[in-house]
Amino acid sequence: MAHDIEIIEKTPAEFAYKKRRSDRMMRSQLMMFALMIFLTLISFAAVQAGFSAYFVVPVILLLATIQVGLQLYYFMHMSEKGHGLVAFFMYGGMLLAFLTVLAFVTIIWW
Amino acid sequence: MTTVANSVEQKKGFGATLWDWLTTVDHKKIGILYLIGGGFFFVLGGIEALMIRLQLLIPNNDFVSAGFFNELITMHGTTMIFLAAMPLLFGFMNFIMPLQIGARDVAFPFINSLGFWMFFLGGLFLNLSWFLDAAPDAGWTSYASLSIASPGHGIDFYAIGLQIAGAGTLMGGINFLITIINMRAPGMTYMRMPLFTWTTFIASALILFAFPPLTIGLFFLTFDRMFGANFFDHTMGGNTIIWEHIFWIFGHPEVYILILPAFGIFSEIFSTFSRKRLFGYSAMVFATVLIGFLGFMVWAHHMFTVGLGPTANAIFAVATMAIAVPTGVKIFNWLLTIWGGSIKITTPMLYALGFIPSFVMGGVTGVQQGAAPLDYQLHDSYFIVAHFHYVIVGGVVLGILAATHYWWPKMFGTMLSEKLGKVTFWFFFIGFHMTFFLQHFLGLMGMPRRVWTFMDGQGWNLFNAISTVGAILMGIATIVLIINIIITTAKNERIGNDPWEDGRTLEWAIPSPPPFYNFAQTPLVRGLDTYWIEKQEGHNGYTAAEPVTDIHMPNGSIIPFFMTLGLFIAGFGAMYRIEHSWGLAVLIFGLAFTFLMMAIRSVKDDLGFYVTKEQIRRMERGRN
Repeated sequence: MAHDIEIIEKTPAEFAYKKRRSDRMMRSQLMMFALMIFLTLISFAAVQAGFSAYFVVPVILLLATIQVGLQLYYFMHMSEKGHGLVAFFMYGGMLLAFLTVLAFVTIIWW
Repeated sequence: MTTVANSVEQKKGFGATLWDWLTTVDHKKIGILYLIGGGFFFVLGGIEALMIRLQLLIPNNDFVSAGFFNELITMHGTTMIFLAAMPLLFGFMNFIMPLQIGARDVAFPFINSLGFWMFFLGGLFLNLSWFLDAAPDAGWTSYASLSIASPGHGIDFYAIGLQIAGAGTLMGGINFLITIINMRAPGMTYMRMPLFTWTTFIASALILFAFPPLTIGLFFLTFDRMFGANFFDHTMGGNTIIWEHIFWIFGHPEVYILILPAFGIFSEIFSTFSRKRLFGYSAMVFATVLIGFLGFMVWAHHMFTVGLGPTANAIFAVATMAIAVPTGVKIFNWLLTIWGGSIKITTPMLYALGFIPSFVMGGVTGVQQGAAPLDYQLHDSYFIVAHFHYVIVGGVVLGILAATHYWWPKMFGTMLSEKLGKVTFWFFFIGFHMTFFLQHFLGLMGMPRRVWTFMDGQGWNLFNAISTVGAILMGIATIVLIINIIITTAKNERIGNDPWEDGRTLEWAIPSPPPFYNFAQTPLVRGLDTYWIEKQEGHNGYTAAEPVTDIHMPNGSIIPFFMTLGLFIAGFGAMYRIEHSWGLAVLIFGLAFTFLMMAIRSVKDDLGFYVTKEQIRRMERGRN
């Protein structure tokens, strides 16, 4: 079938720009990957070292929160443009969940 | 591939037509399916309502038994909320919203079809309870201690049926969100979207956040009743109050899911028939968002009498009253839209004008109940029944009826009779106020809700009798509407693109009914009220954003229907597993069938088809 398939050729400058951009992105992805593994190692090490649970649990939760953020912003591209609405919905959802839980633990008898 | 487009105008046999509707992924046909399904359940819920009112016509009546009365009230509420009001609104959203943003379909046509079938078969499952065992009888809220104790399979039908239908709704909501975010025509910025599209957007966001709690609550209930769990059994370490919390964390946003699209419908109607731009457009958008957000912060006002304590009650009371502010903003904006407009009193406009006082009355009683100390007096009385019928019927149902008249010509290419439409309106409007206005006073006189019958000599007889007469008037109105639809369809007088002559939004710029690809060329949006701007500049139709090109369209598929059928079958298995040995096998078979269909969907490439330029030109010529 003959469809209108538009073929857009990149100029060399565009090509070079694209390449530079993906190189930069690849580098940041790899760095983040290394950082994630490092954070995970810390968590495992903290458990292995046999510190008090009152120290280990908050530390692991904190590291987990950091990892979620890094995942979202660097692996799932939320740091790039055009993700404002995604961020809005996610933070909106988190805010609603937080307020609901807050209401439960502070003012509601159950 | 040419055959696909050519076959659109051809006559088809019954089998082919049925297959076409079973497999359709066209948002317009799915919209019509939603309206048919929702309409069917609306009539069913209406019959249940009439039976309730006939039972309460006179004191000490025994028209129905007490147990059957409980089933009637439960099924009336559940049917009207989940299976009538929401699907009817979904029908309009499906049909109209993509047209308003200049899209050719929703983002995921396959999921759209899946959503419809899950709603329909879930609703069917729920209603089969009438014939198979006993209908659910713990009220539409199905509070846990009562629903756990309810014998028979009634509540099982409720839990599983709503689970299937709810999943369909969730899919539909996510689909609308993604459609509006990604598929707006060039130039259609957020702040140029028609109000109906905006309210669809916010209602879908509410669905996204509100339906997961319902899903979880229903799963807990299912497991408690059918699989020996104890989430709500306090003797086993469960907590019966937690069902109320979960249900209302869903349930309160749910009422905004219902009313916001109705607000959108009325916003369109007011500006169309006042022939003015909507007053305070940006304030309307902001108010919609704010109502959506606050809707999540007030669930405990349904539970003031549970004993949450004065702190919780006070905070939730204040949050509840805060919602009156954005709602008031909307009311005044509508009034100011009408003010100074060149008003045309058509049937949709009549509904819109009737809506304002009716809804304001419901809103005012809502704020009264928001005051926690007063709510202790009003709780579980007929005052509550009057209040929520004033907002749901006076808001949502009037909105649905208005939308039916307003968009009927766009959807079916024929104009509903204005004369009969006005007859419907007056019967419905007078009947509605007759039924529910006096229920406020019945409540204040101490009549509790959900009672099977009442004793003579308490001064409740007259008001109850009048209330029943009002319900009958609403029944007559519905019958007139159905007659109107039949006459209009039989006459089949075709109309043009803009039958109201004052259409402002994009859907009026294309033929009625629209071709299956909606827009031959994607439109260019140059401002709010796109089509109005074009008409002001003397254009006929819309400005195109692209030359005529091949259009990519999705293929139909029977898989959504089969996927849902599997879940439908599995539901029976889960339920009868307890007393029949074949139950487990049926449960496994149903789930396996659904997974098989999902696997087929995943493996099979379905790239859709193209409508070529030549075909589009031929079809557009044939039309003009």
